[in-house]
Amino acid sequence: MLPGVVTEQTHAAIESVVRMESARLIAGLARYTGDVVLAEELAQDAVVAALEQWPESGVPRNSGAWLMTVAKRRAIDLFRRNSELHRKYAQIGRALEVEGDSVTPDFDRAFTDTIDDDLLRLIFTACHPVLAVQARVALTLRLLGGLTTAEIARAYLATDATIAQRIVRAKKTLASAQVPFEVPDAAERPARLASVLEVIYLIFNEGYSATAGEDWMRPALCEDAVRLGRMLAQLMPDEPEVHGLAALMEIQASRVRARTGPSGQPVLLLDQDRRRWDRLLISRGLAALDRAEQLGGARGPYALQAAIAACHARAFRAQDTDWARITGLYATLAEVMPSPVIELNRAVAVSMAYGPQAGLDLLDSLAAEPSLHGYHLLPSVRGDLLMKLGRPREARAEFERAAAMTGNRAERELTQERAREAANLAALATAAGDG
Amino acid sequence: MRYLGYTMGDPTAPLPQPTQEVHEAMGKFIEEATKAGVFLTGGGLAPVEDAVKVTLADGKFTVIDGPFTEAKELVGGWALMECRDKDEVIEWTKRFLSVLGEGESTVRQVF
Repeated sequence: MLPGVVTEQTHAAIESVVRMESARLIAGLARYTGDVVLAEELAQDAVVAALEQWPESGVPRNSGAWLMTVAKRRAIDLFRRNSELHRKYAQIGRALEVEGDSVTPDFDRAFTDTIDDDLLRLIFTACHPVLAVQARVALTLRLLGGLTTAEIARAYLATDATIAQRIVRAKKTLASAQVPFEVPDAAERPARLASVLEVIYLIFNEGYSATAGEDWMRPALCEDAVRLGRMLAQLMPDEPEVHGLAALMEIQASRVRARTGPSGQPVLLLDQDRRRWDRLLISRGLAALDRAEQLGGARGPYALQAAIAACHARAFRAQDTDWARITGLYATLAEVMPSPVIELNRAVAVSMAYGPQAGLDLLDSLAAEPSLHGYHLLPSVRGDLLMKLGRPREARAEFERAAAMTGNRAERELTQERAREAANLAALATAAGDG
Repeated sequence: MRYLGYTMGDPTAPLPQPTQEVHEAMGKFIEEATKAGVFLTGGGLAPVEDAVKVTLADGKFTVIDGPFTEAKELVGGWALMECRDKDEVIEWTKRFLSVLGEGESTVRQVF
């Protein structure tokens, strides 16, 4: 094999190892230092050392412990240099020094025993409400997902500088707010957990239906979110909504292959070739939904959305879908989490269960809703129902409005296509009327 | 991306039953890979001699049964993993083999 090829493989291998170890490394260091920002910097130092040494020495067997040892040494150096640093740091420095440089089995065990708790603290810190939502997303991908700044930038079609700045600002905010590295107590926990789930689902959704850019989906981002969801479900096995979110993402991700046609165009749920759905993800999703319900979480917003997704997943053909049940689930969801978007979806379900006119009636009661103003799915759904009611001329106008409102190219092309279809039908109807 | 990793071993020299130590270490490893969202499902592979081959040719089914043996040796194992890329699945496979002690594993992308 050519030496160049070997080097390239080694670099790729090193990057992989670094990404795999990143979250655990930062989480473990944050517990030692009590400071996520410092922990991330120490982890970076260790990564730099790995990138320098591993191409020569090869990737060590226990790469995680290697990185941790190097980072700990850096920490000790740092504590020595900055004598003014908090006394706590000095104590930690001494403690680390006593522990020595070698990776002892005890250290490994101690690290393994607390790592789950540390990872949990890291998630809650990255998703802390003191941060803007975009900052929570970037920090979660960076700290928990192990993505580089450049990778996050690519995923969000932003520049590296924008994301780097966002992360720097987020870290400053965490430092100045003196956010403690801990799992929130019982009183704070529900709201804080909601933030964590929201962040993970936002990441998933950006991958599932990209709000900007050329592609309708960015599956890698979906995979990152699904992974985070799985990780969280293992870390918090008793929280029903954690399983609810995992279920929702697994089931939605099961459709990724079927959601685009040969030229990358979007294929809507009812038009998808269900044989292309991923059965393994569906069974994982249904199992996670079961767990959420067994834990008493059937009325949780994520569990309810997962239950709706499950209705689709269980139907081998679109016409087998249990729309009456979906309508009921949307009604419950609208009670638990009132939102015009949910009402919009309920209108679609109602139209499928009880006919397009029933759906349109519900939809028109939403038209005045200010929060739906500018939401492209409202005219899109309206156009769809009007088509079914044999009113193509009105449908065309709705599709054209929808196309003008979306920022996603693939979605715009789809609605433009539907506008053309509606226009053709309208022309046919006119011609038939004339004849 | 999804990968199937499998370890066949040499059918004439099947893997011995794992020691209690390896068994426990493997349990921990699977736990770690599950927590990372990588390990989806997996299991053991019975000796290839016990395999059944079902063929359809010229409209006729042929079922060729392997000789039935009492051997309970674990010949191999398999795992379905979800990884970002080939490099990551290689690293997980290295870790798996390190737990096993030694062996060879084939990794193929499935879709």
